[in-house]
Parts: sequence; structure tokens; C-alpha cells
Amino acid sequence: MSPPSRLAASARQALAVDALERPARKPIRTRLAVTIAGFGALAVAAIALAPLVGSTHISLSRAFDRSIPFADNVDAQIFFVARLPRVLSGALVGAALAAAGVVFQALLRNPLATPFTLGVSAGASLGAMLVLIFGVSLSVGPFSTVPLASFAGAAVAAGIVYRLATPYRRAMSTAVLLLAGVTLNSFFSALIMFAQYFADFAQAYRASRWLMGDLDVGSYQPIIAAVPLVAIAFAVFAMLPSALNVLSLGPEAAATRGVDVVRAQRLAFFSASLATSAAVSLAGPIGFIGIVVPHLVRLLVGVDHRIVLPASALFGAAFLVACDLGARTLLAPVELPVGVLTAMIGGPFFLWLLVRKG
Amino acid sequence: MTLSADRVSYSYAGPPKGGHYDGLNRAGHDASSEFALRDVSVTIAPRSLTGLLGPNGCGKTTLLKLMSGVLKPELGSVRLGQRELRGLSARAIAQQIAVVPQETHPAFDFTVLEMVLMGRHPHLGAFQLEGPDDLAIARESLAATGTAQLAHRSYTTLSGGEKQRVVIASALAQKPTVLLLDEPTASLDLGYQLEIASLLKELNRERRVTMVLATHDLNLAASLCDTLVLLREGQVLMQGPTREVLTSATVKQLYGVIADVSFHERAGHITVIPVQRP
Repeated sequence: MSPPSRLAASARQALAVDALERPARKPIRTRLAVTIAGFGALAVAAIALAPLVGSTHISLSRAFDRSIPFADNVDAQIFFVARLPRVLSGALVGAALAAAGVVFQALLRNPLATPFTLGVSAGASLGAMLVLIFGVSLSVGPFSTVPLASFAGAAVAAGIVYRLATPYRRAMSTAVLLLAGVTLNSFFSALIMFAQYFADFAQAYRASRWLMGDLDVGSYQPIIAAVPLVAIAFAVFAMLPSALNVLSLGPEAAATRGVDVVRAQRLAFFSASLATSAAVSLAGPIGFIGIVVPHLVRLLVGVDHRIVLPASALFGAAFLVACDLGARTLLAPVELPVGVLTAMIGGPFFLWLLVRKG
Repeated sequence: MTLSADRVSYSYAGPPKGGHYDGLNRAGHDASSEFALRDVSVTIAPRSLTGLLGPNGCGKTTLLKLMSGVLKPELGSVRLGQRELRGLSARAIAQQIAVVPQETHPAFDFTVLEMVLMGRHPHLGAFQLEGPDDLAIARESLAATGTAQLAHRSYTTLSGGEKQRVVIASALAQKPTVLLLDEPTASLDLGYQLEIASLLKELNRERRVTMVLATHDLNLAASLCDTLVLLREGQVLMQGPTREVLTSATVKQLYGVIADVSFHERAGHITVIPVQRP
């Protein structure tokens, strides 16, 4: 080899090594603080700004002017009745779905898993469809009929999948989890179509609107009902991140690094199912948040779950609020259900991930 | 501390119907039963380097999993010192025993340093983040395995030999007294095999880590191990010093292969050359 070409070869080699090299990272404490501050600021900004924007211009000072009676204050009505509940439910649902996505991806050891992969959302949808179409009315405490029915449907689906994938006192089989979830999804979809076939036009319209996923929840009451469920799920999430890191090496590798695998898998499965159920029962199945957000976050902060999980919750809140703002304003005065918009963003994104991986 | 298995049996089919073994005596388990291991007793002396040898399906991996507490024996007990593994939490076991599997595939794109820091998991509380001490241990483990320059590389982009050294570094970061290795050189080329072998020898000698190594590579076992355990059909055929245990007779018994087994002057250890299958 002549000297110049040898030089070129060694330069290429050096470049290749540089391309693989990641910049040295700061200690975990610093990274965690910076990430939470950054994504937290983004979430706060989205929640604070989104209610101010919309098809009608409102004056913030007028909206908060207590001297004007609420019944006469149009700005206050738009702010507090039309927009704020939508923004708050967007933040809650976005945070819950994004964090549940992170947990399911680690549990299933599959970066392409979503909160809806295991059939929880299909169960929720079936529950909602049944009460919407057959006109059942039931409510317990702060829970109204549709959220209650969809939550019950989600719980049934999670229970079935869990039973199938968990041999007595042994670690869950992620392969069985995935297959059971996918099968349950299509079985429940068939039941939904069956139920829809017997609906009249008005019922079928309401049902298909629900299935699109919409943050137009109407009042604060369903949000208040969902908050404690999401809070319980997040309290469990807080215990999981370092176990999720080790679990992503596989259950046996995790066990030999001191993880109580059966317990960690159970906590992860039920907390992520709870967060998903609460989100879906509030706003319907808003797709792709649980996969788009964690992947964008990983591109920015790496894959350590101790950082990815809180960052995804905060970014999920900001992301869904922003998507909903788009859904309200892009075709104004028409307001799209946000689930349509997230699916239009998420579908191509998912395919891009698939191609990039290959 | 001595790691010992005392008359352990294990079946992947689970316990018999009815849930327990009353009325089944140990001698009653004949060869047709589905036990992966039957009535196996093994003692691993502190600071020894023990090889587990035997044909495919003889129970090497099962025995390693029992000794790491990943599986619980259905009969018998596994002890670390005086304490039975069954009574210890996964965390308490992992503070003493680390495992290097044949291959490790993380589901996400961790850096090498992150992989090694996972070895600190059993020493950290649920809400505790690693501190400067943990980072120092991780860096030192990387240095000990010659992978310090890879710290900020993505694990998935490494070669097979580099990956295995990083996984060994991750196990060392656990600060174990016992290291269990399941065919650590199975997927590596000759150069990497020798590299891993000399690394293990060095770690055993200098860090006084007790090692148990399951392998199909008889020459690797002969060059590294001071003690051998021969397993056949889920039972111990023989155990003892390498020199006494590894002979043409035992190779024939284990694998049904006629082999030349002799001391190699230049290699400095026994070598096994397979000659023919009778």
C-alpha cells in the first residue's frame, strides 16, 4: 500500500471510530436535573400558552377579571370552560401514555411496543362501545358511565393478558405477553365491530368519535376522577427505572444483578396498564404518543430509564398539548379530534423507526 | 466463601402433580424422569477456578443457574458459606455472585459505561443514583478488562470479544466473591478466546475471585482450571483436580470420542486432541 492511501485508510479508520464515539456524559445527578428542568419548562410553557391560543382571540386580563360576572365574561368562559380542561386533560393523558410507553417498551424488551400493544386500549374501547351503543347508564362517585366502562374493559383485558403470560411464581414470558396482547387486540376489535353493527346512526357516530380519541372532555370532573389513578401509577413508576435498565438485558441477567424479576415485572405491568387505562378512559385511545415521545426523548438524552421515564412524562404532556393545539387551530373553525392528528404524525414516524432500525 | 450444591435436583417441567415430593425417594428418580439435574453435589473451594464439562444437555447451564440463584432447586440446597441461597434475596446474592452469560443483548442502545454501571445495581437502593465511588469502581473494572477506551462507545457497535470483556467488567463492578461464566468464549475467535482466558486467569489470581466456568472447550478448561466437574445426563460423573480428571478415559465416557490427552510442554498444560469417534 502506498503511503498516501495508507494515510487515507488510517484517516477513514479514525473517522469511523469518532463516529462511534459518544461524547462523555456528565454524572447522572447533573443530567437528571438538567433534563427535568428542560422538559419541565417545556411542559409548563405548553400548558400556560395553549389556553391563550385558539380560533377566537381572548384577553387574559379580561378572563381573570373578577369584577365581570362569569356569565357575562366570554373571555373567561372560553378560557376556563372551552380551553383549560382540554389542555389539562391533554397534559395528564400525554404524560400517562408516554410514561406507560417507556415502561411497556422496557418490560417487553421491545422499543416498538406501545401502551396499546397489550390489548388494554382495545379492552377500554370495547367497554366504552358497549355502554355507548346499548345506552347503559351507570356512574360511581366521580366516574361517569363511559370512563367507568372503558376502565373496566381495560382492567379485564390486562387481567386476561397477565394470566396467560404468567406461569406460577415464574417470570413473565414476554413472547406470550406480546402474542396474547396482539390476539386480544384483534379479538376485541371484532367484538367492537359486532356491537357497532347493531347500533343506530347516532350511536355509531358517537362510538366512532370516541374511538378517534378526543381531549374535548367537557368539564373538570372526568379529569379529577383520572388524576388519582395516574398518580398511583406514577408513584409505582418512580420505583422502577433502575430495575427497567437491568431488565432490558433480559430477565436472567436482571436477576443476577439483584433485581427481583417477578416483582419488578408485575409492578411494571400493572402500573403501566393503570396509567394507560386512566388515560384511555378519559380521552379515548389517542395513538402513538406512547411510542413517538419516548423515542424522541431517547434521541435527546440517551436510553437510561432513570432519565428517559421522567423526561418522557414531561415531554408527553407538552407534546399532546401542542398536538391538541394544532388539532384545534389548523382547520379552524373545525376542531379535529387530536387522535386523528397524532395518528397522522405517528404512523410515518413508526415506519421511519422501523426502517432506521433495519 | 465456599459455594456448594448439596444433592440438588431440578426439572424444567416443574414439581410433580400434587406439588411436592412426599413418597418419592431420591433413589426413585430413574434416568427416564425429566430431571435436568439429579442428585448433584459439587463443592467450589474459595479462590478456585473450576471447569464444568460435559456434552450438550448434560446440565451445565442448569447447574450454573442453580448456583446463581436464578433457579431454585426442587430437592437439595445450594449454599454460599453457611447460608442457603433460597433464603437470600436476589440483591443479597448479587452482592456476592456475578454471572457472565454466553451472550448479552440489551434491548436499548446503552453505552459501555452504562452497561458496566449496571453492575452496581445490587449495591444501590431503589431510589439511589450511583455516586463517585460507583463510577470509580466501574472505571477500574473497565481498566481491568482492557476496555477503558471504549467507555463512551455504544455497546451494540462492539465486536464479540469487546462485548464479552465489557460484560465481564460489568460483573466485576458487582465486586463479587464468585464469578460464574457460561461458555464465555463460545462465540469468539481463537485470538479472543486466548485473550479472555488470560484475563480470567489474571482476575482469579490477582483479585482472588472464585470462578466457575462451563465450557465445551476442553483445552481452555485444561489451561485455566485447577478443578474440573464432569457432568453427564444430569449427574456428576467425576470431580477433582484437572490433572487427575481429564484423561482419555473420561473424554471417551463424556463425549464418546477417542482422544489423545497429554501434557504439552510449550503450552504448559494438558491438551486434548480428538482422534476419532469409535
